[in-house]
Amino acid sequence: MKEIFLIALPLVFAAAAFAWPNEQTRSRLLPVAGGLHAALALWLLVNPPTLAANAWFGFDPLARAVLPMVSLLFLVCSIYAVTYLQIRAERKNRIFVTALLVMLGLLSLALQAQNLGLLWVAAEATTLVTVPLLHFTGTARAFEASWKYLLVGGTGIALSLLGSFCLGYASLHGGGNGDLTFTALIAQGATLTRPWLITAWVLLLAGYGTKMGLAPMHTWKPDAYGEAPGMVGALLAGGTTTMAFVAILRVKQVVDAAGGSAMTERTLLAFGLFSMLVAALFLLSTPDYKRMLAYSSVEHMGILTVGAALGGAGIWAALFHVWTNGLTKGALFLSASNIRRAAGAQTEDKVAGMAWRSPASARIFVVGILAVTACPPFGVFFSELKIILATFQTNNTFAATAFLGCLLFAFFGMARLVFAIVDGRPRAAARAPGKQLRETPGVIVPPLLFLALSLWLGLATPALLRDAWSTAAKLLSPTP
Amino acid sequence: MNLLIGLAMGFSLVALASSRLPSVIRAAAFQGMILGTLPLVLEEKFHWLVVAVAIGTITVKGFVIPNLLRRALRAANIDREVEPLLGFVPSLLLGAAAIIGAAALGNELPLRPEHAKSLLVPGSFATVVCGFILLMARTKAISQVCGYLILENGIYLFGLLLINSTPLLVEAGILLDLTVAVFVIGIIVDRIQREFDTLDTRKLTSLRE
Repeated sequence: MKEIFLIALPLVFAAAAFAWPNEQTRSRLLPVAGGLHAALALWLLVNPPTLAANAWFGFDPLARAVLPMVSLLFLVCSIYAVTYLQIRAERKNRIFVTALLVMLGLLSLALQAQNLGLLWVAAEATTLVTVPLLHFTGTARAFEASWKYLLVGGTGIALSLLGSFCLGYASLHGGGNGDLTFTALIAQGATLTRPWLITAWVLLLAGYGTKMGLAPMHTWKPDAYGEAPGMVGALLAGGTTTMAFVAILRVKQVVDAAGGSAMTERTLLAFGLFSMLVAALFLLSTPDYKRMLAYSSVEHMGILTVGAALGGAGIWAALFHVWTNGLTKGALFLSASNIRRAAGAQTEDKVAGMAWRSPASARIFVVGILAVTACPPFGVFFSELKIILATFQTNNTFAATAFLGCLLFAFFGMARLVFAIVDGRPRAAARAPGKQLRETPGVIVPPLLFLALSLWLGLATPALLRDAWSTAAKLLSPTP
Repeated sequence: MNLLIGLAMGFSLVALASSRLPSVIRAAAFQGMILGTLPLVLEEKFHWLVVAVAIGTITVKGFVIPNLLRRALRAANIDREVEPLLGFVPSLLLGAAAIIGAAALGNELPLRPEHAKSLLVPGSFATVVCGFILLMARTKAISQVCGYLILENGIYLFGLLLINSTPLLVEAGILLDLTVAVFVIGIIVDRIQREFDTLDTRKLTSLRE
């Protein structure tokens, strides 16, 4: 029962953070909690526990394949957060620190949930706890972003609740007892009533797809990522979206077991390619480098979804991509946050010459962009390669062509914007000299750590992780 | 029971047709209270957990949330007109079309014999669609929240089909989440009002491509 501590530990620390009297030292709780959580998650990765039958949550192969990534992501972000909160000492951080820790606990719960109802409760609570994180900066734009996030995300999550009920009714109508545990639903297999099953799949895909940020339900994403502090963006892009992706994979497993695999694969492929296309088009035109990261996230969610549509090998590659994308995005969000701080603006007409203003962050940002647009030897290159190989294995040449085309356009769009802000002559009016960002180790080391992790995943993917992904892929797609 | 569901559907139409914010809030509140009593009618045998959930639903949906919204309305001191993007008559017609469509859809989907005669499925789908219309066709933040509430009411109605099988713990969790959701929405509405001096969501346009 060690896996319960993954959930309980951050929540206990959250309570402690809420009660902590000192504004300056409160943020130190974040790396402590993050470190303990990561240590426990890695320990569980090495020694996977046996899953109790009919448990409501547990460290099953799928949780084992992704949860350590979320934990590592949180750990590095929490180190960054200490320095960030020192820089932003003028704002009260009690709610912010508490909400970050609660978010970690709820993500661990949602990733481990074995019951559709519990999964929903955790996903909804994660949505709510993110709201105070989004408007930490307190600007009018941040409130606008939070409102849109709440409305779009809330509606999406409401649809997934309706979908969960439909799946429950499919079980009830098919002679089952309406039990929403995944094992019970899978065991019922083909007796789930088909019309209800289809309704449930559509609603759940739309609902969790909104949370994941698949086009055309991605509209909250640019606003939220553009206005949130850097590490919140990283946690949304690598943590919350992973949670939604895992939810979709779990539901897909149920629908597949009921004989709907042709339908799930076709819809996922369509959604994935459409998201990649929309993201590529927006990337070609957006002037804002933080919103650019949001569209890049939409693109990578599309890549994950395409991978999930391609059977066992595709799911393996998608789980690999969850790791590489999440950790590379961490480097991007943190260095973009530094650049934002140094430049005082985030659009290309106001920002230029960042290679001179904040040299280290600008270099990390450029390397990060190359990594995320799949330049070897970074991890993203290898995970995307595996997905393309999976498209050829399933003889889906159209998907492979569209996939590569979208990647190419996304690369054009991102390279255009990145070099526009990095090169050129710095804008004089941007910031008074005294308020400039000093590139201390506290803001440089965390993004470098992320880049190192991404490189490590690409050059030497540990056999342990490969094994975790294979076990999960085998669980999700029994017939290769 | 069908009478109660019909009444609840009626209230979503009332919400679509009202031109003043307090009456939209009242319609959503009455609808929530009606839904709160339904588990008591559905359940044959008396069970304290069912009663607890029913009382919880009625208090939260009928009193707590509407009061939060009214307080936000007072604090924001906005004028009480609804300002629709889509006129009242078109919204009503759309609502009526939603009810007809939901009834047709409800006939198509297979139902268990004990649910065959009930209006639960069409009522739920119609309420969800009416909530959607309200969410999209109004500009004030408060009426969008009411739309969201009506949408949630529709989902709750569907959840009643499963009341015998899903553990009530899940239902309680859902109720709790909803309350917190509206609470958070209330805070954000308050902040938007302070920052923008309005609750007209058409003004929230600084973030776009």
